[in-house]
Amino acid sequence: MFDVDKLRADFPILSREVRGVPLVYLDSGATSQKPTQVLDAERHFYETSNAAVHRGAHALAEEATDAYEAARQTIASFVGAQVEEIVFTKNATEGINLVAYAFSNATDKARQGIEVDRRFVVGPGDSIVVTEMEHHANLIPWQELCAKTGATLKWFGLTEEGRLDITPGVIDNTTKFVSVVHQSNLLGTINPVKKIMDMAHAVGALGMVDLCQSVPHMSVNVNELGADFASWSGHKMLGPTGIGILWGKSDLLNAMPPFLSGGSMIEMVHMDHSTYAPAPQRFEAGVPMAAQAIGLARACDYLNELGMDNVFLHEQELTAYALEELAKIPGVRVIGPTDMRDRGSAVSFVVEGIHPHDVGHLMDAKGVAVRVGHHCCWPTCRRFDVPATTRITTYIYNDKSDIDQAIAGIKSAQEFFGSGIAVSA
Amino acid sequence: MSEDLYQEIILDHYKNPRGKKVEIDSLAQSYQVNPTCGDEVTVEVGQNPDGTLLVSYDGQGCSISQASASVMSELINGKTPAEAAPIQEAFMELMKSKGQLEPDEEVLEDAIAFAGVSKYPARIKCALISWMALSDAQIKAQLTATTTTRSG
Repeated sequence: MFDVDKLRADFPILSREVRGVPLVYLDSGATSQKPTQVLDAERHFYETSNAAVHRGAHALAEEATDAYEAARQTIASFVGAQVEEIVFTKNATEGINLVAYAFSNATDKARQGIEVDRRFVVGPGDSIVVTEMEHHANLIPWQELCAKTGATLKWFGLTEEGRLDITPGVIDNTTKFVSVVHQSNLLGTINPVKKIMDMAHAVGALGMVDLCQSVPHMSVNVNELGADFASWSGHKMLGPTGIGILWGKSDLLNAMPPFLSGGSMIEMVHMDHSTYAPAPQRFEAGVPMAAQAIGLARACDYLNELGMDNVFLHEQELTAYALEELAKIPGVRVIGPTDMRDRGSAVSFVVEGIHPHDVGHLMDAKGVAVRVGHHCCWPTCRRFDVPATTRITTYIYNDKSDIDQAIAGIKSAQEFFGSGIAVSA
Repeated sequence: MSEDLYQEIILDHYKNPRGKKVEIDSLAQSYQVNPTCGDEVTVEVGQNPDGTLLVSYDGQGCSISQASASVMSELINGKTPAEAAPIQEAFMELMKSKGQLEPDEEVLEDAIAFAGVSKYPARIKCALISWMALSDAQIKAQLTATTTTRSG
């Protein structure tokens, strides 16, 4: 196991004060903090090798391209992928949209009689399947695809405990695509994605997994998901903002029409038509985010040095402790699983009689940074009949004293608002 | 610091909301939502025979958003659109002030308690949502200070 006190020294921001008190950062589910090693890697690239990658033949252009492609290899290895299966995107949201637009664009072209891979053509009578615990990023692109093509959106509901209710019949012969979150950012639930992807493949559908909350926190091998595509972001795993990853099987990526088009993604260009480069370049139009890729690769190295199994165990311990301490406070209800079975480190809760915003504000007054709101999972909040929640998310740099501070913050909110406030619904 | 934000007046309006869910003969309504947090409010406006405004609201959200709606309904109910306009303007100005403005109690009455809110960018929307809904409902009902009020 790693030494939390020692590694905290790598994160200068963690030693600052907010509101006149020391910062307790419990919002890593929204974005993680960055170690100096990652910042240094980006800075080093800009100071020594900066050039536009995949263009030009001068020395810097070669070095920059090599560094960018080496970063792709490091990131691929981090999740057990082949290098050509890794597409750099702006963020995870763009990765999911890229796949949704492959369907939309292929369907548009098919309507005009242009030859496309039929696996990406959807229309009336077809269905797309998601779940009721999806982040908006893995819901709205599919709503849009259905609106454009006439396909129907279906979803797995949730149990009271906050787990997927995998009822038969949701995935059926009409299903063309299934997209599911690996670990819920609101509930913390870890879903049996392999089982769901197998169900998708059994009816001839393709499948995708949203890995935003799993890759940063546990060892993930993309080949074990049973999926065709996966997407996650760099900034939640110690990396920079502005970079995300789309992983996809090569034969599928190469069968997909382009998403954003322009420079770098081409093979041959004529005035009236063009042909496209193979993946991943096909999906990387324009000058890409080289420094961010290099920073993210350094983040992967940092996490590998700690060991992803150690990261998972560390957070399991913190999460179990947080659940235990929350259970001791009268009037606190956890939204999501309250035991550690198939559960990750996002812990959402509501405090009876106090709106989540007010809870979060009074925790912030004690320096405790937590997320409040619907966490981009509005339908999930509606399912549990709460307007919003307050959410604690941990990472490698948190320890039990941070959870203690959060618990003290919740208690201070209860004291401040007093008991027995009738909150009108 | 929390005392800045959660003044006694705000907590009082939160715990004992005024003018909430009052049945009025409504001419227009406006539903506003804060998409970052899910706070919701619906404001209805009508007009008394003497031309003054009738205001009712319903909603759910944090103490700031709910107290602000309560204070707003208390301040605006029974005022003519011309009397209400300077109060609405003063409240908007206070919310934009980043805590730098000394509010005029003559104009804003209980709403001066929200002066502290303007120091917290994340909470300004909470305080403003019901006031935005009111302005929108007034426009829809043609009951703003600049539109001709309906004859009573």
